[in-house]
Amino acid sequence: MAVEQPLTSPAGDQTRIHDIGYRGYDGPRLGRAYARRSLYSQSLRGAYGLGRSAKSKVLPMLLFAVMCVPAAIMVAVAVATKAHELPVAYTRYAIMMQAVISLYVAAQAPQSVSRDLRFKTVPLYFSRPIETADYVRAKFASLASAIFILTAAPLLVMYVGALLSKLGFAHQTKQFAEGLVSVALLSLLFAGIGLVIAAVTPRRGFGIAAVIAVMIISYGAVSTLQAIADVQNHSGVIPWIGLFSPVTLIDGVQSAFLGATARNPGAVDPSTAQGVVYVLVVLALIAGSYGLLVRRYKKVGL
Amino acid sequence: MTVIATESLSKRFPRVTALDRLSVDIGPGVTGLVGANGAGKSTLIKILLGLSPASEGRAEVLGLDVATQGGAIRERVGYMPEHDCLPPDVSATEFVVHMARMSGLPPTAARERTADTLRHVGLYEERYRPIGGYSTGMKQRVKLAQALVHDPQLVFLDEPTNGLDPVGRDEMLGLIRRIHTDFGISVLVTSHLLGELERTCDHVVVIDGGKLLRSSSTTDFTQTTTTLAIEVTDSDAHPDGTRAVRDALHARGVDTHAEGAGLPGAGHILLLTAQGEETYDLVRDVVADLGLGLVRMEQRRHHISEVFTGTDEQNSNDEQRKEAVGHGG
Repeated sequence: MAVEQPLTSPAGDQTRIHDIGYRGYDGPRLGRAYARRSLYSQSLRGAYGLGRSAKSKVLPMLLFAVMCVPAAIMVAVAVATKAHELPVAYTRYAIMMQAVISLYVAAQAPQSVSRDLRFKTVPLYFSRPIETADYVRAKFASLASAIFILTAAPLLVMYVGALLSKLGFAHQTKQFAEGLVSVALLSLLFAGIGLVIAAVTPRRGFGIAAVIAVMIISYGAVSTLQAIADVQNHSGVIPWIGLFSPVTLIDGVQSAFLGATARNPGAVDPSTAQGVVYVLVVLALIAGSYGLLVRRYKKVGL
Repeated sequence: MTVIATESLSKRFPRVTALDRLSVDIGPGVTGLVGANGAGKSTLIKILLGLSPASEGRAEVLGLDVATQGGAIRERVGYMPEHDCLPPDVSATEFVVHMARMSGLPPTAARERTADTLRHVGLYEERYRPIGGYSTGMKQRVKLAQALVHDPQLVFLDEPTNGLDPVGRDEMLGLIRRIHTDFGISVLVTSHLLGELERTCDHVVVIDGGKLLRSSSTTDFTQTTTTLAIEVTDSDAHPDGTRAVRDALHARGVDTHAEGAGLPGAGHILLLTAQGEETYDLVRDVVADLGLGLVRMEQRRHHISEVFTGTDEQNSNDEQRKEAVGHGG
């Protein structure tokens, strides 16, 4: 490169035109932690279609609206009728909307990880300073955050509405906080399950179908079994059956510890012991899916 | 100064030995790593990036140990994989900016470096369009850009000319040459074609079955034997121009031989050994005296097969060779 054009005499060094050509980079290199943060924010934005095509914004934004509108309506009704309590408890809301959340996970978990696998972009990440665990943590945290935004936003709408209609501040704040803990746990659990399924199905379509199958079908099956158990007066086994689907798991945890009422037929709240089992199963699933993801990406490597 | 140094580096998988006691020193500049498919080129790159532990032996890249300082190495080197690795739904600019940030560049620097790098590899207006619509040549340029965007000291290019047409191949090879001469970045480039690397590289390392076959500077190859291929037209006075030239050259004491049979047009190409400048002049004069047209006069270079068969012969006059050639046998 460095095309030089002597305009006048060879002696006149100042009168040359330089194409500056290649410039090196002497600035800071911010290393692993920065790369991990960048990947996190890029994936989180991607989960709502930001920084991607207009088409990929449609579904996440639509689902976000679907999550928030019922909350807004409830608040409006509560304000208009001067009710003393919101029609739906904070902890109940996510369970009520579980189909929407599952759809969101089914759509966004594959887009978060399957693309990198399918187009073999993964080796480009691992030829850089970040390691397998950094990649997995960034992806896990970003999807969990995205689900948390989806599930916590309607709770915030309800909370603000409740305060505006002068419902008891302390009572509302406690319930709101319990609701947030519950959806935080739900976000981690759903993100883990969704990512593990998506990471073993590089084709996005299969990934979506598999996540829907695990989330929604398991919920349907568990609910059916619980209903049968209720009809046959085996209410003792109802909480145990609830361990087998992500939604009822969260429902069990919050019924035991977060002041919620179980939504299962016969409304059997798990005992404290059962609640401990629920919490342990949820934590084991979250940790297990993290471990599986790290193992999966160790293999993909380069 | 040594950029890459390996010392009896071995990599064994349960069923195959990918690298077998490979010892080689590679200096700055453009180095070609040649070997047939499965010779161990990609395995070597993986080990050098610190992503796969060696079974035995050790290796250093830029003075850093691959076993313990992989992260520091990967901050200073770039890697262009052999396979397709680009998502089709984002633009080259977005993609390369993201990859720059993954290498640790702050957001503003990532944007500036991306614009610079894409310009240097020859992508202009099209860089704002989704990669899915690019030609193979353009995709290769994007892959190269993401390997260079963080201004590494060394880049590993795995089969960068794969799938390119002859023009694209030449452009890519020119670009690789510039990475060293203009950008000051050392290059390790793999290929299974020795011919194209000879033109581009300062140094060529040939491996086969995980063993070092030879390691020498490319001037050794080209200066010892330059084969000249010539092709001429026929005229009314000389209905068989090729034969006329062969006889005339023979009369002046230059031996020629025909190109290997079976290839199209083989009978019309004469091969002779160039002794120096004079040979070119001689050919020109002979052809002009006969009143024929000179269709082509080009240098022919070695193919990898010649290295494989001619190793022993080359050993005797090749002084820059590394000691490990003996492994190749």
